[in-house]
Parts: sequence; structure tokens; C-alpha cells
Amino acid sequence: MSDPLALLLEPLQHAFVIKALVVSSVVGAVCALLSCYMTLKGWALMGDAVSHAVLPGVVMAFALGLPFALGAFVFGVGSAVAIGFIKQKTRVKEDTVIGLVFTGFFGLGLILVSKVRSNVDLTNILFGNVLGIRPADLQQTLIMAAVLLAVMVIFRRDLLLFCFDPTHAHSIGINTGFLHYLLLSILSLATVVGLQTVGIILVVAMLVTPGATAYLLTDRFGVLTGLAMVSGVLSGVAGIYISYWLDASPAGCIVVFQTLQFLLAMLFAPRHGIIRRWRSP
Amino acid sequence: MTTAGQVKQERILVENLSVDYLGVVALEAVSLRIAASSICGVIGRNGAGKSTLFKVLIGLLRPARGNMRINGRCLAAARRLQTVAYMPQSETVDWHFPVSVGDVVLMGRYGGMNLLRIPNRRDHVAVRDSLHRVGLWDLRNRQIGELSGGQRKRVFLARALAQEASVLLLDEPFEGVDTGTEKLMTNLFLQFRDEGRSLLLSTHDLNQVRELCDQVLLINRTVLACGNTRDVLAREAMAFTFGQDGPP
Repeated sequence: MSDPLALLLEPLQHAFVIKALVVSSVVGAVCALLSCYMTLKGWALMGDAVSHAVLPGVVMAFALGLPFALGAFVFGVGSAVAIGFIKQKTRVKEDTVIGLVFTGFFGLGLILVSKVRSNVDLTNILFGNVLGIRPADLQQTLIMAAVLLAVMVIFRRDLLLFCFDPTHAHSIGINTGFLHYLLLSILSLATVVGLQTVGIILVVAMLVTPGATAYLLTDRFGVLTGLAMVSGVLSGVAGIYISYWLDASPAGCIVVFQTLQFLLAMLFAPRHGIIRRWRSP
Repeated sequence: MTTAGQVKQERILVENLSVDYLGVVALEAVSLRIAASSICGVIGRNGAGKSTLFKVLIGLLRPARGNMRINGRCLAAARRLQTVAYMPQSETVDWHFPVSVGDVVLMGRYGGMNLLRIPNRRDHVAVRDSLHRVGLWDLRNRQIGELSGGQRKRVFLARALAQEASVLLLDEPFEGVDTGTEKLMTNLFLQFRDEGRSLLLSTHDLNQVRELCDQVLLINRTVLACGNTRDVLAREAMAFTFGQDGPP
């Protein structure tokens, strides 16, 4: 076991490890691309909210034998609409509204899990089950990841403009309402994709951290998305390995690995790192 | 180019515009006509409704009442034709955003591009010409936050140029700008006017207005005065706008 090559190859003898590596790197890449927009738009809290709010949708889809994606889409976008509605109609501030809406939906999800008789395993939804992923879920996850990736590539520049200057986008006749709900839909579906790997509770890390890390490393949007995706894939692969070696939670390993990458970037980033700033105030 | 046949037409027409903003009257019975090739200064203190007027013209705010036309078309049609360019106030822009000067100017062309927004030769030429005109070509690859205050303003002017807009809405264009840039921008504005564009600019600076504007709109929720710059500035309406007490 001291041979480093053996250390890397040994886990690959197991089919479930290979499957986990594929899923976590694909999911890592897709969520990382989205995380660039989340970071730039300042939607981290929204990501947290939507990812929690999909729980009842996922449970209902499970119980009714429908695809996860449908339930997540309805409740993810629905929670964002509810947040917008309450904010507009009351004097309560937005972060408060976000906090109360997503916890409400999440609570509803917990009730459904306990009441609806089905083979839903709450632990898997909350914390992910990348090592025991079923073939059907694997297929669903990979298809959705591909679709999300395609949509984000097609609308790459529109979404960038929407994040940077929605007023200008509107003034040149671009439908910003559409882009708003497009980004929310992508967020809801990415949550379902990420849910397979790290679970609902930690999925927000995958939707925020890689983008934040890359944001410290570059001032170019193209480079930003590239770095974020590299970081996402690297975390997926490294997280699975570390989890195998330590016999620890894969979700925890993936997310902590992402956090460590962020901390490294925060300290050592060439222009925006803390150390660099100390040296040249 | 797109406006050649409409030179004589009214560029901006606002009739009896009223806006309610969260139950408060933000603008009441505002009417305004701006011809092609003219600069109109919008003056009024903070909260007088300058930004509200701009937001209505961009279509961000839905008015309670009123008829608005730009180049004889409804606002949505004007937006689709790339007629209106808006220059934001500097403090509303995220200057850390990972885009370069060239990226921002190219955004002026998005409305006319295909779905993927892949620039063609005409787009590249328009961006290059616009950057040359505002003197930022050499800085085109800089991240926008690396620019000085005056250069930052010029990026958004270049974007409006690349858009080939015939109406420019400039929200506090001289705020936080040094005298050198101010002079440069004033010259550009006069050039824009002579090319047939119409500019609507909000400002606190009456000297700027005197030098630059053909027409002045004095507002405080409603129109206090509107017309030829010299006439309006001479009138006692000034006291209302900047005095201690607002109008009744």
C-alpha cells in the first residue's frame, strides 16, 4: 500500500468507486459552472434556499414514481416565486423572507418523508449516497447534467450580462424575466443533480465554493469558469479517494476539499490573495 | 444610420406621465418633447424623480398613466430596435466583475446578435471604433475595476456608441469625474448631438447645463419648468427646486 500508484489504482477495482468518481466529477463540473453565476449575481443565499426547498418536490416525485427533476423544478422555482411574492407584498426584508420560505418548504419535506409510505431514504437525500447510487439515478443524473451544461453554454453570454448589468440587458430588448427564471430553473435542477452526490444540505457548497475560489484567482470570465470547473472536478475525484482511504463520508470529503481550495486561494492568490495584499498594500 | 429618415421627428415624447412607487406618487403629469440632435438636462434634487423618469423610459418601471414614444414607437419596440442606451451611475456598477473593457463595450451589440451572441466582423468593427472614439482602445483588455473614474464613465459611453443608439440616457454622467475628463465628455456629448443623437442627462451641476444643454427639464415630482435652457434657468423656478421648501 505504500506504493503511491497502487494507492490510486486499488480503489478502481471496485465498480462502485468508479461510478462514484464519474458522478462526482460530472456533478462537480456542472455545479461549478453554475457557481460562477451564483457568485457573481450574489445568489448564494438564494442557492441555499432553493436547494433546501426542493425537498418536498423530491419526496413527492419519489412517492409518485416521477422523475426527481420534475418535483425539484416545481418546488425550486416555486420557492423563488414565493420569496419574490412575499417580498413584494410585505415590508419584511428579503433575507428574512428567504430564511422563512426555505425552512417552511424543508419542514414540509420532512413531514412528507415521515408520512408518505415509500422507499425514500431521508439520509440519502439529506447527505447524498454517491457510493450506492442506483443505475437509474446514475442515468438520470448524467442526462440532466448534460442538459444543464448545454443550456449554460448556449446562454453563457446572456447570463453573464444578466449578472453584470440587467438594466442594460433590459434596455436592449433582452428578456431579463426569462433569464431570471432560467437561472432559477438551472439552480433547481442542479440541486437535484448535486443531491445524488453530496445531498441537499451540502449541495449549496458545490453551487458556491468553486466559483468563489476561481473569483479570487482571475479577472477573466472565461478563465473563471474554466478554473471553477477544474476545481469542481478535482474536488469530486479527490473527495471520493479521500473518503475511500479514510472510510469517511464522501459528501463531507468533497465539500471540505472544496473549502480547502478556497482557503488556499484566499491566502495565496496571485493578485487578490491576503498574503499578496499584505506585501503590497 | 437607422434614424436617417426620422431626423425631423420627435425623438422622445412623454405625455402626462404619472408614476406611483410603492403607493407614493413619484412623478405626476410629466410631459416632455425632445427633438433629434438635442441635449436635454434633467435637474432636480435627490428624490425629485430624475431616476424614475429614466427607469420609465428604459421600461423598468410601469407608469400609472401616460403616453411615451421614442422615435414614434412604443418603448418596447424602441428597446428591440436598440434605440435607447442607458449609462448607469458609477456606484451601481460592480467594478470587481470579471469583465474587460472590451467585453463591456461588446455588450452594447448583444441585442443585434444571434442567440449565442457570437460577434461577427461588424460587431468587432463597431467595438473597435467606439473604443477609439472614447480613447480607451489601448485599455481594452483591462478589467473594468483597473480604470480611473473618468475612464470608467467612458467605457459605458463606448457601449452606447457600439449599440448605435439614437437616444442616450445619462444618469449623473459628471459625478466623480475630474475636470479633464469632464471636458472630454462634454466634447463627446456635443459630437453625439451633432451626429443626430438625443441625450437626456441628469445632473446637479447648473454650469454644465448652461454650457451643454439645448433644453432643460426642471422637476420635482412634477414639471416645474421645461424649455429653452436660458429661459428656464433665469426663471424663479430654480428657487423651488433647490430651495429649502419644495413646491406645494
